[in-house]
Amino acid sequence: MLKELTGGSTEVEVSGSTVRQVLESLESRWPGISSRLLDGEGRLRANLAVAIDGEISTLGVREAVGSDSEIHFVSAIAGGRDD
Amino acid sequence: MNASGYEPNMVLANKEYNVVGTRPVRHDGVDKVTGRALYGADIQLAGLLQGAVLRSPHAHARIKSVDVSAAAKANGVMAVVTATNFGPSGDKIVDVGEGPTPLAYVRGNVLAKDKVLYRGHPVAAVAAASLHLAQEALKLIKVDYEPLPATLTAPDAMRQDAPVLHDDLRTQELGEATDRGGNLAAHFRHEKGDVEKGFSDADVIVESELDTSTVHQGYIEPQTATALWNNDGRVQVWCSTQGAFPTRDTTSKVLGVPVSQVKVTPMEIGGGFGGKIPVYLEPVAALLSKKSGRPVKIVMSRQDVFEATGPTPGSHIKVKIGAKNDGTLVAAKADLAFEAGAYPGAMVAPAAMCVFAAYDIDNVVIDGYDVVVNKPSTAAYRAPGATNAAFATETVVDELAGKLGMDPIDLRLKNAAKEGTRRADGPKFRRIGCVEVLEAMQNHPHYEAPLEGPNRGRGVAIGFWFNVGLESSASISVNSDGTVNLVEGSTDIGGTRTSIAMQAAEVLGLKAEQVQPTVADTDSVGYTDVTGGSRTTFCTGYAAHNAAHDVLRQMKERAALLWETEPDKVTFEDGTFASDNGKRRSIGFRRLASKLGETGGPIVGRATVKPRGVGGSFAGNIVDVEVDPETGKTTILRFTAFQDAGKAIHPSYVEGQMQGGSVQGIGWALNEEYFMSPEGEMKNSTLLDYRMPTALDLPMIDTCIIEVANPGHPFGVRGVGEANIVPPPAAVANAIHAAAGVRMKRLPMSPPSVMEAIWAK
Repeated sequence: MLKELTGGSTEVEVSGSTVRQVLESLESRWPGISSRLLDGEGRLRANLAVAIDGEISTLGVREAVGSDSEIHFVSAIAGGRDD
Repeated sequence: MNASGYEPNMVLANKEYNVVGTRPVRHDGVDKVTGRALYGADIQLAGLLQGAVLRSPHAHARIKSVDVSAAAKANGVMAVVTATNFGPSGDKIVDVGEGPTPLAYVRGNVLAKDKVLYRGHPVAAVAAASLHLAQEALKLIKVDYEPLPATLTAPDAMRQDAPVLHDDLRTQELGEATDRGGNLAAHFRHEKGDVEKGFSDADVIVESELDTSTVHQGYIEPQTATALWNNDGRVQVWCSTQGAFPTRDTTSKVLGVPVSQVKVTPMEIGGGFGGKIPVYLEPVAALLSKKSGRPVKIVMSRQDVFEATGPTPGSHIKVKIGAKNDGTLVAAKADLAFEAGAYPGAMVAPAAMCVFAAYDIDNVVIDGYDVVVNKPSTAAYRAPGATNAAFATETVVDELAGKLGMDPIDLRLKNAAKEGTRRADGPKFRRIGCVEVLEAMQNHPHYEAPLEGPNRGRGVAIGFWFNVGLESSASISVNSDGTVNLVEGSTDIGGTRTSIAMQAAEVLGLKAEQVQPTVADTDSVGYTDVTGGSRTTFCTGYAAHNAAHDVLRQMKERAALLWETEPDKVTFEDGTFASDNGKRRSIGFRRLASKLGETGGPIVGRATVKPRGVGGSFAGNIVDVEVDPETGKTTILRFTAFQDAGKAIHPSYVEGQMQGGSVQGIGWALNEEYFMSPEGEMKNSTLLDYRMPTALDLPMIDTCIIEVANPGHPFGVRGVGEANIVPPPAAVANAIHAAAGVRMKRLPMSPPSVMEAIWAK
């Protein structure tokens, strides 16, 4: 659902050692993408989760990522508390 | 094993432990079978008042005015409340566990303000000295309604001329907010590969359009809540809930009080299945208590449960799958339009995650639609959305197998998802047991057993649920007699207090009965999420495991003190601490526990977890049916349920989950539905007419537990509460096709429906 912002690409390679840094890299290359993924307080939108190498992250944008990590933004099935 | 050598309940175990994998008597068993266990309706408090709720007779209407003056003066009435008692909601957005939602929507479902959106929608409530006095007072409340036309299905509600439920609802279209009004709350899409090319490469294509009806979780115990709004401002709640903490948090948001001012005590619970996650009565009872100065209890009737809690969505689904002649699935497309009920939030996102999850298909597109309709606001029902989706996918796969001349399990095995298979929503599967479940089905005696006689057929299906982790807390205190008390916060719906205790026992080298579990209130244990999402044995068990290791760490320090050595020189194995620092010493857990007072005082181990390594579970069914060609009645002759549990902590409770989910799935398949009038009234809101299967309707459900360890859990646990309800309707539909030669496209496949299909053939 974001590929119209990335010129049709469904996979992109960016740098970053946390999800937040990855989002910053995405935003620098494709402006507007962060606002689709983050709320006004810089947290992942409550209906989204981030999966890193196939596992749903428990730290949201604070989660560390490896240099070869695969990151997907997926539907959050259950929310939890407010952060 | 019975006399013929057949094992009705198999466990294909992967690893043996001392406690994990055994079948101890459950800790709550005596209280449950003697009637001493306290459920929500059992609570008795000094000065308790009884509450009753006035509900809308209309499926859709504006509320022009509500006059409670006569009711407030009625005999024995101590308080009357309406939505005005909440105060203004404004534009505030809250998260009550299912994503951001306007506070006005959350409050609106508890007590309607400007509109009623389903028959049964609460409008006002009364607290009085007795239930009868409260019910009589309800009749004195005058509500001036302006009835409006109702819309009851997703396709109808999505039409341009459909009555609009929420004037302020705007469609989220592929992740972007739009200005478009109407009843479509959201449309999303998952895409992988090139589905048009995939279909053009296919040798065989099957597509199907199906409908499923609204069904209810069918828990035997109705919702109940008792609240005391104390003079110090603290609100205490006793209720039947799947999650004391989420109930606390939602109640605090609805009431507009700090979360620290609300304490929730979960009573024993008579079933939930997802339907007791939302909050209905707690804020109402609290408001009545605040106004009356007394505790107030409200218990729903069965009719209230059907008409005003959260059934699972009805749905309209299209599935199209293409295959090569060798059986390789090359393309798949699904359109899932789900009824959300009165407020947005249908479980269509999880349906989209599960619809093709069992298969490795390169080219996939899935569209999901969340549509509001004039029915009660839907809630989760045991793998929400996945059963609807599997009914579509698995019947199409069955039809493909027929066209290709392939064995239905061989076709599934050829395309089975494995570790590394990419899901349609993006991530790759970690270690999963889809292949192992299919192989267990194919190798089971049921699959090759002769099925003789007319009008009989066998069907298979497979399903998936991804499970969740969320947050749990646990603490363990050591008693001087060598037993431990375990305090945790997960409401016990299916035997989890024992499965959690067993994991602690395994770590501590104790027997299960030497760990005494308690499910605590929200003041007495750390935050713990819902008992739902098949997470409890996985996540709260993980917390208990870690808390037990914390106990061992501290016990080692005490042993080291006794032996004048360092803690890292102390080992623990088979219930015994030992050290070999020049001189061999050892002491058992029980004896060391007796010395805590002289070595530094009590030991309490604690842990909180929010684990990442959640493992999804695959489930499969083989079912034999007989279809009466004169009545259309389908009789289940034999049913075998298969499921990957990762590690069955207590196999009897895993088998219970598999059997329970199968029975619910069979009811969903053959009989259960909300029979709605055109005006939006449920005509069968009793358990006599909403016909769920009983033990008289079904044979014993045989089980086969497969154990493909989840690497994300210390014992390999995968949650098992939900995946077992996913395949039954599809398996039964496939068996009906084998028996009667008809492809059913609607749930339930009740006798009239099957008869019509047979006559039309």
